Amino acid sequence: MSELTLLLIRLAFLAVLWFFVIAAVGVIRTDLFGSRTAPAGPRKGVKPAKPMAKPKSKKGEPRQLIVTGGPLQGTTINLTETPITIGRANDATLVVSDDYASSRHARLFPQDGQWIVEDLGSTNGTYLDRSKVTRPTPVPLGVPIRVGKTVIELRK
Amino acid sequence: MPAKRRLAQLVMLAFAVAITMGAYANVGLAMNGEIPSGMLTYGLSLGGLMLAAYLVLAKFAPWADPLILPLVTVINGLGLVMIFRLSESPSKLPSATLASPNSQILWTLVGVVLFSVTLIFMRDHRALQRLTYTAGALGLLLLVSPLTPGLGQELNGARIWIGIPGLGQLQPAEFAKLALVVFFAGYLVAKRDVLALAGRRLLFIDLPRARDLGPVLITWGVSLGILVMQKDLGSSLLLFGTFIVMLYIATQRSSWVIIGILLFVGGALLAGMLFDHVQARFEVYLNPEDPELFKKIGGSEQLMQGLFAMGSGGILGTGLGQGHPELIPLAFSDFIFAATGEELGLTGLMALLMLYALLVERGLRTSLAARDPFSKLLAGGLSFLLAWQVFIIVGGVTNLIPLTGLVTPFMSQGGSALLANWILIALLVRMSDAARRPPPQAIQNEGMTQVFQR
Repeated sequence: MSELTLLLIRLAFLAVLWFFVIAAVGVIRTDLFGSRTAPAGPRKGVKPAKPMAKPKSKKGEPRQLIVTGGPLQGTTINLTETPITIGRANDATLVVSDDYASSRHARLFPQDGQWIVEDLGSTNGTYLDRSKVTRPTPVPLGVPIRVGKTVIELRK
Repeated sequence: MPAKRRLAQLVMLAFAVAITMGAYANVGLAMNGEIPSGMLTYGLSLGGLMLAAYLVLAKFAPWADPLILPLVTVINGLGLVMIFRLSESPSKLPSATLASPNSQILWTLVGVVLFSVTLIFMRDHRALQRLTYTAGALGLLLLVSPLTPGLGQELNGARIWIGIPGLGQLQPAEFAKLALVVFFAGYLVAKRDVLALAGRRLLFIDLPRARDLGPVLITWGVSLGILVMQKDLGSSLLLFGTFIVMLYIATQRSSWVIIGILLFVGGALLAGMLFDHVQARFEVYLNPEDPELFKKIGGSEQLMQGLFAMGSGGILGTGLGQGHPELIPLAFSDFIFAATGEELGLTGLMALLMLYALLVERGLRTSLAARDPFSKLLAGGLSFLLAWQVFIIVGGVTNLIPLTGLVTPFMSQGGSALLANWILIALLVRMSDAARRPPPQAIQNEGMTQVFQR
């Protein structure tokens, strides 16, 4: 094997190794720059640069949490990016004084434009409409969530 | 909605196997002037194994990340080639005969089998959350098992092995890491609200309350115990670092990280003053060029030979099969990174580190996309475990931090670590499948029906 051939093989191998890395990055390109599903913008400036950046309240996205039943009926909370905890504990976002609620009863948090309800190991359970929440579940608009005697809903 | 990217995965997998075969050919051409006779066998067996792993993944975790498996394949393949290359060159060192590429490919086979078994039998990783305390007890048991008289064995100055009659040795600590990460994740999900409570404020940091320090102090004690009783600096650092980072992920309080660093530095300095074996490591770290340390048994020769090797590799390396990595003691296990550095140069090492970084990135991405807190913590913890392991061993080999005996994941020769890391990858794949699977579409207008994801 001549020196020159070996040199060429060595450089080629390194190039191929880097090509693999670049190809791998190519596969996850959508992760880094966002997906290019829509054709390049007809309206410039209005379009957000990254789809991951704060979506400007899209249609169908809840903006308010309204208590529709129980002692706190009529209370509204504006939804932001922060998760909402419900329970008897003083540090909960929505403090319910209810013998049927646990101190940290349930949690609502936003993910990819959806609000998810999660039971925090409460004694009497959290109900989304009529089914018990056993794992984090997306909450559609207008579907009642029951925590003890309190009923809440997400509204636009 | 994320796509499945099945084709991309298959193409990348074929590419990874092709790179490995190319590397084999390169080694053979450079050392003997011919393509090694075993290349086809090696290549085909690796290719077959990975195809099997791919099929299992496509069947049982169809939404899993398309990059994880190809990345692992190429790293594992490069490790196999380096071990093959080291076993080919004659060396005067006593340890050189231990490099055995055949047993390593056998371990890879077992690793892929374990990967498949984990994927097939664990359909929902959240089942692990129910085993929180079992996993914790199992992890501790595995950690202390080498200390049992009769079962444990001391090799190369560290008591981290257990002998299995007729089979050889096993490093239980490798598996203990996985069990403990599962335990940390389950425990922190349950306790994170309490641990995130702020106590007194000092300078710019919110200190946690004093009574919440318990878990940190216990983990600190356990990892110092490993350091002192088993003389295993690597596992000790790995365990404590992972716990601190998972605590940070769970509570988002930087004060935990600061407390953790202070505790570990304090503990390590104390151990350095009190115990000889830790002190010896520090001496080597501070003055590796010292001729007396170089000559001493267990001194700085290994470290310096590794640095020499990487130095002679330079930017582009000497080329596979054309350097002299056989001069480094234990080049096939702890120092495989230095051996690779000599033959592939800085360019190759950077590519290798990029592969690890991409693998960790996929893991963290899984953690971000996961829907429940347990998965978030477990995925974050496991990917950090991988990254931290690479950092500790690469930092040790390049003398950035004191050298500790950890393996380079997927590259170093050694069955236990390879098996444990394949299980880790199976867990990540399982979680990324759950995270990327599209959520069930809630039916908005027909309010009576609710679709659940099972």
